[in-house]
Amino acid sequence: MLIVPTPETRQFWDATRDCRLLLQRCGSCGHVYFPPRPFCPHCWSRDVQAFDSAGLATLYSYVISHRSGGAGFTAPFSIALVTLQEGPRLVSNIVDCPQTPEALVIDMPLELAFRPVNDGYRLPVFRPRGAQGAP
Amino acid sequence: MSARTRPVAVVGAAETDRLGRIEDCSNLQLNADAALAAMADCGWGPQQIDGLACAYVNPADLAHYLGLRPVWIDGTSVGGCSWMVMVRHAVAALQTGLCKAVLVVHGESGRSRIAGPFYHHGEADTLASQFDNPYGWTGIGAVGMFTLPVVRYMQEYGLSERELAAVVVAQRDWAAANPRATLRDPITIDEVLAAPMIAWPFRRPMCCLVSDGGGAIVLTLADRAADLPHRPVYVLGTGEAVESHICGVASVGDPLRPEFVRVSADLAFRSARLGRADVDHLMVYDAFAHNPIYGLEGLGFVNYGEAGAFIAEGRTRPGGALPMNTNGGGLSYAHTGSYGMFAMQESVRQLRGTAAAQVKGACVSVCHGWGGFFGVCATIIFGNELP
Repeated sequence: MLIVPTPETRQFWDATRDCRLLLQRCGSCGHVYFPPRPFCPHCWSRDVQAFDSAGLATLYSYVISHRSGGAGFTAPFSIALVTLQEGPRLVSNIVDCPQTPEALVIDMPLELAFRPVNDGYRLPVFRPRGAQGAP
Repeated sequence: MSARTRPVAVVGAAETDRLGRIEDCSNLQLNADAALAAMADCGWGPQQIDGLACAYVNPADLAHYLGLRPVWIDGTSVGGCSWMVMVRHAVAALQTGLCKAVLVVHGESGRSRIAGPFYHHGEADTLASQFDNPYGWTGIGAVGMFTLPVVRYMQEYGLSERELAAVVVAQRDWAAANPRATLRDPITIDEVLAAPMIAWPFRRPMCCLVSDGGGAIVLTLADRAADLPHRPVYVLGTGEAVESHICGVASVGDPLRPEFVRVSADLAFRSARLGRADVDHLMVYDAFAHNPIYGLEGLGFVNYGEAGAFIAEGRTRPGGALPMNTNGGGLSYAHTGSYGMFAMQESVRQLRGTAAAQVKGACVSVCHGWGGFFGVCATIIFGNELP
C-alpha cells in the first residue's frame, strides 16, 4: 500500500521522514484536527498552523486480525483506534507488544513509533509507552 | 410524510431470482435483473419510470442500459445504506413533483466480482488511502475497520463474547424458516464461539456473507398505487445523517453513543409521527454481529449498554417482542457488500404479509442501515396503512 501524498498532505508526509507526526491547530478557534487540510473543519478559518504532536496517546479500541493482511501484516496483527493527547483519534497499529487481548488493554498509554514505507515516508504507529522498539 | 404532504408508496419490490454465487452476470446486469424484477412485480413498463437511483454504478450508464430516459437521478454512494438514503431523496422528489415514479436499484457482483463493483478505497491518493488503508485492514476486509469500537464497548458495558454470539443465533433462527437464506441450519452459541477467529473478537459466523445478487423497489405517490397488484407499503418517515467518512469510525465523536444514529432515527420517527413503541418489526443492517446491538441502542429501542442482553434474552427472535432481521440478515440471508436494499425488501415483504418468516399483524417496520464503515446512516419507517 503505497503512500501517495496530495498537495494538502505533502507537508504531513514529508515530516514523517524526520519521525515527526504533524497535527493542525486553528488560530481562530483553537480546534486541533487530523487529517491535514488547509482550513479548520470546525469554524472554516484558513488561519491554521501545523505543529508536532507530543506522540503520547491511549488505546481507544482495536481488533486483532487472525488473517494476514498483506506485506508487513502477518497474523496476528492489531488494527487500532488511538486517541492522541492533543485530541484527535486515528487509525493505527500497535507494535512491539504481543498481539493478544491480554497485552492490549483499553486505555493503555502508548507512544509514537514509525514504520518505514515508500519514498522515505514513515507510517505513524504506536507502542506501549516505555516499550523497546526494534532497532 | 407529514399529514400536509402526499404520501409515497412502494408499489414494486423484488430481489434477483438468484442470490449467492452468480457467475454468469456482470455487476451491471445484476442491477438490470433487479430492476426488471421490481418492474414485473408492479406490472409497470419502462415508459412509466422517470426517476432512477443507483449506487456505485453511474446512473446514466444504468439508465442507458435499461433504455430509460429519466428526468431525475440519484447516484448517492456512501456505502451500504445508500439505497435507503435514495428512498428518502425519492420521497422528496415525488412529493415536489420532480418526477412521477422512481426505480431504486441495487445489484452487486460482490462475490464473483465480475466487472465491478466500483468502490473508492482502491484508489491510491484518497485520504483513506493515506490514513486508513496503510494499516492492513484492506488485506482482511471490512472486519478490520467496521468493528473497531467493539472491544471498548465490551469493556465499558460488559458485553460478553457469548452475547455477541447470541446475535448470530437469533438471526439464524429466523433464517431457518427462509428457503432463500444462504445459511439455514440452526447454530448454538458454543458453535459460534468454536468457529475460526477472523479478527478478535469476531469469529466467522459473526461476519456477513459475501454474495452476488440485487434488489429494486418502485416508488410513486400513494394515489397512483390503488390499482396495482400488491398491497402498497407506505414510506411513513425517513432520516439520514453523516458524521464521518474520512478515517471512518476514527472520526465519529463517540462511537459507543454515536450522535449521527440518533439524529437519523429522530428525523425518521418525528416525520412519521410515531414512537418506538409503535414499531412491530425492525431491520438493522448487520454486516457484523455488533451492528444489531448498535442499532437497537442508537435507534432508541433500548438504553446504551442494554442491547446485548436484550438480544441474548430472545426479545428479537421468533416469538420475541421486537422481531428483528427476520430474513436472517446479512449474517445468514445474503450480503452483496451493500446490504441496505435487502433490509428494505424484507420490511416490504413483512408489511405485504408475504415474508417467509411472517410476523403476524406487522403494520410498522423500521429499517436502518449504515454506510462508510460507520460514519453514515439512514432510517426508513414503512407502514401498510395510510398515514
